[in-house]
Amino acid sequence: MEHTYTFSEKKDTRSGFGAGLLELGRKNPEVVALCADLTGSLKMDAFQKEFPERFFQTGIAEANMMGMAAGLTIGGKIPFTGTFANFSTGRVYDQIRQSIAYSGKNVKICASHAGLTLGEDGATHQILEDIGLMKMLPGMVVINPCDYNQTKAATIAIADYDGPVYLRFGRPTVPNFTPADQKFEIGKALHLVEGTDVSIFATGHLVWKALEAQLILHAKGISAEIINIHTIKPLDEEAVLSSIRKTRCAVSAEEHQRHGGLGDSIAQLLARTTPTPLEYVAVNDSFGESGTPDELMLKYGLGTNDIVEAALRAVSRKNA
Amino acid sequence: MASIQELEQLCSQVRRDIVRMVHAVNSGHPGGSLGCTEYFVALYGSVMQHQAQPFSMDGKNEDVFFLSNGHISPVFYSVLARNGYFPVNELTTFRRLNSRLQGHPTTHEGLPGVRMASGSLGQGLSVAIGAALAKKLNGDTRLVFSLHGDGELQEGQIWEAAMAAPAHKVDNLIATVDVNGQQIDGPTDKVLPMGDLAAKFRSFGWEVLELAQGNVLSAVIDTLNLAKTHTGKGKPVVILMKTEMGNGVDFMMGTHKWHGVAPNDEQLATALAQLPQTLGDY
Repeated sequence: MEHTYTFSEKKDTRSGFGAGLLELGRKNPEVVALCADLTGSLKMDAFQKEFPERFFQTGIAEANMMGMAAGLTIGGKIPFTGTFANFSTGRVYDQIRQSIAYSGKNVKICASHAGLTLGEDGATHQILEDIGLMKMLPGMVVINPCDYNQTKAATIAIADYDGPVYLRFGRPTVPNFTPADQKFEIGKALHLVEGTDVSIFATGHLVWKALEAQLILHAKGISAEIINIHTIKPLDEEAVLSSIRKTRCAVSAEEHQRHGGLGDSIAQLLARTTPTPLEYVAVNDSFGESGTPDELMLKYGLGTNDIVEAALRAVSRKNA
Repeated sequence: MASIQELEQLCSQVRRDIVRMVHAVNSGHPGGSLGCTEYFVALYGSVMQHQAQPFSMDGKNEDVFFLSNGHISPVFYSVLARNGYFPVNELTTFRRLNSRLQGHPTTHEGLPGVRMASGSLGQGLSVAIGAALAKKLNGDTRLVFSLHGDGELQEGQIWEAAMAAPAHKVDNLIATVDVNGQQIDGPTDKVLPMGDLAAKFRSFGWEVLELAQGNVLSAVIDTLNLAKTHTGKGKPVVILMKTEMGNGVDFMMGTHKWHGVAPNDEQLATALAQLPQTLGDY
């Protein structure tokens, strides 16, 4: 069947974060926020304005921001750090590893402008390795929501989880199609469309493209199952395996390097349990470059048609 | 509160613990540990208001301490044990498999008294600032203490934190730098000279106290208490504390060579003979 998902407007996921943070500020006095000179870009200005005493401008000093966040947990605060994904992970990896992950601190590392869709600023800022970096840290939860509503819900949900979380979102406006009242459950995949021929596991900005691909595949006589993996770690293994048992082939779709991303998490699960043809839609061991988000997604193989072609390859490998 | 004589005796015992712990596993960092013995004994025995049992990670309404130069874990562990945070006999497990006393301090195994992992240098000042800000948000008037090596100040994050503390008016923090002038590859002035540390911290907006006799217990206590009188005035406080690496064991003193080397059997016997005062070895 053709799916019936639709959207009335495009919104940026980072604004979902900003809205979620503001709502959290109002309902949980322990929530504090830190930002490294990107308050407007992270949409943290509303929180800053309403809760100035719980907002810490750290300047362009991300390593210190991560340490301060770790320290703020001692005394019961729930710190949310905000900067670009590149500066939230690679730049401060050792600080996160020792002061947050190994120390088991309840810090929420919130990262905007992830991936190619950051656009014109180019490869220095377009981190495509952050999911891999963060999921390798023991105990770190890794979440990559797909639209405004899901990002807002995830932001609110992670405050109730006791432990370090990496929340990854982006810069551009994208279709806002998930229900505003949808409950966000960490580690629980969302079955968006039932299908029988191929499972498409998508995260972040690739989820809407997977839904677009579903329509094209339907027209070609292929029944694609679309599953939104918003939590990459811990992976909803049962959701993946139950879908695979039905379709016996899969596609992973993410705005990330092929090495170390969602696809690798699924591949590892399948290799351990149910060897299955898996096609990757991801960046293939390459840096990005300047351009518009749409241009970049096409050039680096992250477009709707790339998902369609990957699905066709997966189906033909299954039938070979 | 313990008398100065009792604390002096404790210093000797802590030094015995340090050399015995490091000797037992033929690894660890005795030099900096010995040099900071008076600081730790003063802090936990006299200066801080703290609660060993039950240990509270959040440390609300008590003074809290962060060790940033985590490699001097032997002195930290000995002083924590001798102040009732965990059984003294647990010092035998230092650096051994399945121990809570890891090579570098960590919260991961749940050792009471440790609130943050350290080892990778330069991170503790940022954490101390965060904890101090949490105290302010909580209306908690107790203080945050931290210790850093002088070589550790070569890490850039320290200077990010040094800028942040005055900017956020963190005036409930007393950081101390162990100025022993030594690091692994040699004297700090040769490895990477850091210039006038007092002037640097002052220019960043800190209240700076200088302690010339970091291995004289009464001087350490007096300076820490003096530092307390400077808190609550809008500025963070730093003590530049001159110590002698290896202090208390003559052949380890004043050289970087005992930064991370354990004594052999004969050297241990010599060291213990120089530290006759004991409260009872573990």
